[in-house]
Amino acid sequence: MTKEKYLYGLYNDDELLVDGIKHVQSKGIKVNDAYSPFPVHGLEDVLGIKWTRLAIAAFLFGLTGLALSMLAINYFMIIDWPMNIGGKPSFNFYENLPAFVPIIFEFTVLCAAHGMAITYFFRNMTFPGMPARNPHPRTTDDHFAVEISPEGNEMSVEDLKSALKETEVVEIFEKERITKFV
Amino acid sequence: MVKEAEVREPLILGKDVTYHKITEEVCAPVEGRANKLWWFIFTMSLLLGLWGLGSITYTIGRGIGVWGLNTTVGWAWDITNFVWWVGIGHAGTLISAVLLLFRQKWRMAINRAAEAMTIFAVMMAALFPGIHMGRIWMSYWVLPIPNQFGSLWVNFNSPLLWDVFAISTYFSVSLVFWYIGLIPDFATIRDRATGPIAKKIYSILSFGWTGNAKAWIRFEEVSLVLAGLATPLVFSVHSIVSMDFATSVIPGWHTTIFPPYFVAGAIFSGFAMVQTLLLISRKVLNFERYITIQHIELMNVVIVVTGSMVGTAYLSELFISWYSGVEYESYAFLNRATGPYAWSYWIMMTCNVITPQFFWFKKLRRSLTVSFILSIFVNIGMWFERFVIIVTSLHRDYIPSNWSWFHPTWVDIGVFVGTIGLFFTLFLLFTRFFPVLALNELKSILKVSGESYRDGNKPEKENEELAA
Repeated sequence: MTKEKYLYGLYNDDELLVDGIKHVQSKGIKVNDAYSPFPVHGLEDVLGIKWTRLAIAAFLFGLTGLALSMLAINYFMIIDWPMNIGGKPSFNFYENLPAFVPIIFEFTVLCAAHGMAITYFFRNMTFPGMPARNPHPRTTDDHFAVEISPEGNEMSVEDLKSALKETEVVEIFEKERITKFV
Repeated sequence: MVKEAEVREPLILGKDVTYHKITEEVCAPVEGRANKLWWFIFTMSLLLGLWGLGSITYTIGRGIGVWGLNTTVGWAWDITNFVWWVGIGHAGTLISAVLLLFRQKWRMAINRAAEAMTIFAVMMAALFPGIHMGRIWMSYWVLPIPNQFGSLWVNFNSPLLWDVFAISTYFSVSLVFWYIGLIPDFATIRDRATGPIAKKIYSILSFGWTGNAKAWIRFEEVSLVLAGLATPLVFSVHSIVSMDFATSVIPGWHTTIFPPYFVAGAIFSGFAMVQTLLLISRKVLNFERYITIQHIELMNVVIVVTGSMVGTAYLSELFISWYSGVEYESYAFLNRATGPYAWSYWIMMTCNVITPQFFWFKKLRRSLTVSFILSIFVNIGMWFERFVIIVTSLHRDYIPSNWSWFHPTWVDIGVFVGTIGLFFTLFLLFTRFFPVLALNELKSILKVSGESYRDGNKPEKENEELAA
């Protein structure tokens, strides 16, 4: 587990947070991240974060589910033990496909949803028993924090703090944060 | 004529609501102590639930011969309960998924509780096919797994197997959808918890949530895509349940109208159950500013729309049974309306077709008492709908010498009443240990839809000392 020390500025409003980030960025300070109790829209543009590709992952998981279920049903119903059910023999996948659609659909959704959920947990590193990693307990309530890495900026910590003080910040503090688990 | 759009009613009432106030009020039931009323209802529900578990144990021990089933009526009370519970379990995901895709912000105050209700209802539903198998320890046979009997596979052409896949997918996807939404709110409770045990438990439940910008982007994307995946799922599950009946050749079941008619009925009964539960919860938990009269009214609108769809389906079924010219089909419907089970048919007709029509009136839609009473009527009516469909179609077999009659035994009733008890037990536990409203979502609409930020208003910021 690696830990790093960061500088945080705490705000009590989402708009003040965005204004604050814009202000320090205009001074040439690189902002590392921001913490909020709910999704703040427009934050990703200000921070220059790329949109997530989780939806693509979900699509790929869905395709996997689709392929797996079709292969499996073809094996169970057509190859391994074809049966004559009510005079409708199942000797061919294509002609029996309508009856297989419900399960193929359900399995596709199952794989897409759970595959994406698991990917989501991995990307966020959120699992049962993980330690809380937000800088301040109030960032899950009504406060918003901006995170600046002193090492990532060429300014001194004092200069960074004074830049933050020019914004409508409620509190400025330094704290260690887990950056890597492995 | 030009008509200006109306200014929408605020979704969060109160001129002094801040982000912190939302946290305080939503966490209050979790952090406070339960009152006597909660303990009373909880004890009663738990006792009913235990009675149900006893009846289930008895059923498993003695076999399903202890139920009122016979060779003619081979499906009755249990499948009625199964379909009823699955139907109720449709509202939650509809609210959180379909309304999310339609960008209906009012869902945010009710989706958490509605989805909890969905999950508990589906759990109750899944119980019935399980115990109806008789030998529940062999229930894994419904899965396509290699076995000791050679190449014996489950039948992928059968709607009963479709049901296995549909219900399990629906349950697990709803559960994950619900839980992903809960994680940030558990983190809020974790960061507020003072006791070491509560802190530890909510720390585990919140999965170490950080709430950084990227996590929220992923959160929103996951919510949107899961909503997109859950939407066809909601419609598929009850369609497939209806195919359990519709693909058979029993008069009264063998109709193509079944899938849409069942889905409408499911949403109808699900919203009624949400209404019943939330009308009580908003009062007991002091959530009146979040679950407003407007929310109640909008749910009643859904009830009147889906209720009218169900009513139309009943009438077209009747018409088609005559128009088809099939004697068996016509008889099945005549027998429903005038036969020995006519009383259940007319209960169904009254509760499902007539009662929701009261909601055409704005005054009644906005009345809490009327909403509460009618929501209960709807649930009774929807239970009888399934009873009518299942039992009346079966009890008159093709040969009159096979005609029979179904009446429930004490075990049938015990199991059903027990599931109601277990359902309420779970829901009551949910209201004490889980954030009943979606905190993070409510906060995100406070500034656009909250009364406290209207017309340039700004609530007074609380000058509280920040803990270091």
